[in-house]
Amino acid sequence: MQLRDTVKMSFIGLSSHKSRSALTILGIVIGITSIILVMSIGQSAQQLIVGQIQGLGPNNIYILPGRQPSGPSGFAGSLLTDSIKQRDIDALKKTSNVPDAVMVEAMVTGPGVASYGPEVYSATLLGGDENMAALFNISIGEGAMFTAEDVADKNAVAVIGQTVAQKLFGLSSPIGEKIKIKDKSLRIIGVVAPKGSSSIINFDEAILTPYSTAQEYILGINYFQRVMIQASSTDTISNVISDATAVLRADHNITDPVKDDFYIQTQADLVNTIGTITTVLTLLLSSIAAISLIVGGVGIMNIMFVSVTERTREIGLRKAVGATNNDILLQFLIEAVMLTFTGGLVGIILGTLFNIATVFIVNNFLGINFPFIFSYTGAILGVTVSTAIGFAFGIIPARTAARKSPIEALRYE
Amino acid sequence: MSILIETKNLEKIYYDDGQATPGIVKANLTINSGEFVAIVGPSGSGKSTLLQVLGCLDRPSGGQYYLDGKELSKFSDNELADVRNKKIGFVFQSFNLMPKLSVMENVKLPLVYGGIDEPERTRIAKKLVDLVGLHDREDFQVTKLSGGQKQRVAIARALVNNPKVIFADEPTGSLDSRSGEVILEFFEKLHNDGHTIVLVTHESYVAGCAERIIHIHDGTIQREEINTERRIISKDGFVK
Repeated sequence: MQLRDTVKMSFIGLSSHKSRSALTILGIVIGITSIILVMSIGQSAQQLIVGQIQGLGPNNIYILPGRQPSGPSGFAGSLLTDSIKQRDIDALKKTSNVPDAVMVEAMVTGPGVASYGPEVYSATLLGGDENMAALFNISIGEGAMFTAEDVADKNAVAVIGQTVAQKLFGLSSPIGEKIKIKDKSLRIIGVVAPKGSSSIINFDEAILTPYSTAQEYILGINYFQRVMIQASSTDTISNVISDATAVLRADHNITDPVKDDFYIQTQADLVNTIGTITTVLTLLLSSIAAISLIVGGVGIMNIMFVSVTERTREIGLRKAVGATNNDILLQFLIEAVMLTFTGGLVGIILGTLFNIATVFIVNNFLGINFPFIFSYTGAILGVTVSTAIGFAFGIIPARTAARKSPIEALRYE
Repeated sequence: MSILIETKNLEKIYYDDGQATPGIVKANLTINSGEFVAIVGPSGSGKSTLLQVLGCLDRPSGGQYYLDGKELSKFSDNELADVRNKKIGFVFQSFNLMPKLSVMENVKLPLVYGGIDEPERTRIAKKLVDLVGLHDREDFQVTKLSGGQKQRVAIARALVNNPKVIFADEPTGSLDSRSGEVILEFFEKLHNDGHTIVLVTHESYVAGCAERIIHIHDGTIQREEINTERRIISKDGFVK
C-alpha cells in the first residue's frame, strides 16, 4: 500500500476525533512550548550579558585577588582576599613595567548606605581613580568627575548616579551638597548622566569616589578588589598579561606559579564564563520541561491503546480485505507521529509567541534592552523530539493493532 | 469445471483457558470453479467457522486447505493477506463497512491495499457501484443507507479485485425478506456471470438458491446433496 494512502487514512482516523486528538497532544504542546521559551530566553540573556561585557572594552584584562575560581560559583571568594595593594598598582602603572598598558584602573567596592538629612538610600559604593568614567564609558551630566589630585589627597568628594540624586535630593541640584556614608561626609561634585541598567554595574544606583577615600574612610581596607588594565590593542593583550603577572609576582615574592595569590581574566574568559552559566541554566530548565514531554508521550500511548481497542472491528475489516500486519502498524504509527509532530509545531508557535510577549514586557516595563532571539536550535530540537516521542510511544500500541487476527477483530463486540 | 477449493481433514479447535472445543472436525470437501454452494446447519454447527477458515480469516488447527492450486495452511500472514485481497471476496451478515466513509471509499478499500492507484481505482469502483445499482448514492456516507443498500456496497467491495470465490456468511441474516431477496438475486446474477459462490446459512429458503448443499452438524460434514428444486429469483435474468 502506498505511503500516501496510509497518511491519508491516518489523517482521517485522527480528524474523526478532533477534540480527543487535541487533548492528547496537550502534554507535548506544553513541553515544547516550555523548551522553546527557555532556550530563546536563555540565548537572549546570554547575548545581552555578553554584549555588555564586550561593551566595556574588548582589550581589557582584569586582575583579581585570590585563587582562580574553579567554576562559576567561585566568584564570591575573590572579594575576600587582600593580596593586591597600592604598591602593586604603582608598579603596574609604570610604563617600563607594562609598556603596552594604556590605562590601569584600580577599584574597590562595597555597600554605600548614604544619607542626606532624613533621606536614606542604599547605593553601591565604587571607588576608582580619575579614569573611571572614561573606562566605563559613562558621561557626567552635571558637575564634573574627580581628579588625580582628589585621589592623591584622599579628598572627600563623590559623583552620584541619577537614581541616588532623585531619591536623596528630589528635583533640586545635589552639586555642592554633602551626603554621609558611614559617618564620613562626602561633597557631591557631579551627577552621572542617566545610563540605565544597561550595564552590569548599575551606575544609576552607584556613588563614585576616589578609591583612596573609599579605602581610608569608608571601607577601612588597604587592598583592592579588582584591577582593570586596558591593553593598547588586541594583539598586545598577551604581553600585558605576562608583564602584569611578572610585576605582581615580583612584588609578592612569588617564584612558584602555583602559589599565585591573584589571577587574571580576559574579556574572553568572562564571556566564556557567562556562556557556561547561561548554558547550564538553560539545560537545567529545559530538562525540567522535558519531563512534561515524557508525560505527554505516556498520554499519547494511552490514547493510542484506547483507540486501537475501539477500532478492533475496523482493524479486522481492513485485514479481511487484504491489509497486511505492516499496513496496520504503519497506519497507527503514523497517527501517533502526526499527533506529536502537530503538537511540536503548535508548541513552537506558542513558545515563540510567549517569547515575543516576554521580550516586549522586559523591554518596555523593566527597561532592560532584551534582544529577541528565535532559537533555531530549539525549534529543530522541538520538532525532532516530538516526532521521536510519537515513534517511541506509538510503536507499542501500533504493534498491538497489527497483531490482531482478522476474525478475532471482527468478532469483537 | 476445475477444482477451486479442496480441503483434506480440515480441523479447527478453539482453546478457552485450556479447554479445547472443536469447531470443525475432519472436514473434506471440494468446490468447483463456477459453482454455487450453500453450507447449511443449525446454530453452533460450525458452518461459520468453516467459512472463516475457507475465507482465510482464521487459521486451521490441522489438515490441508487448497485454494486455486495452493495449499494455504502454512502460508505466512502476509501471504494470507494477499489471498484475502486478490482471491477472495467476503460478505458478512453485519455488513462490516467503514461507517464514516462513503460508498465509493468503502468499495475502493481492497484496491488501496492491493496497490491499485488512481484513476484506475475510481474507474473500477464506479463500475461495481453501478452494477449493484447505487450509482446515485456513491458519495453517500454508508451510515445513511438502508440494510439492503449496505449489503450491496459490501458485495461491490467483495467483487472489486475480481476474486476467484465469493464467501457469504448469512448475507441476508440482518435484512428484511424483501431486501434479502434482492441480495439473493444479486448472488444469482453473479453466479450466472461465472463467479464461484459459497454461502453459509441456517435458513433453507436461502440455501434453496444454491446448486449444491453441504450439511454440517456438530463440526462434521454430514452429507451433500445436489439441489434438484432450485429456487430461481430473477425471472428474466435482469436484477431489479
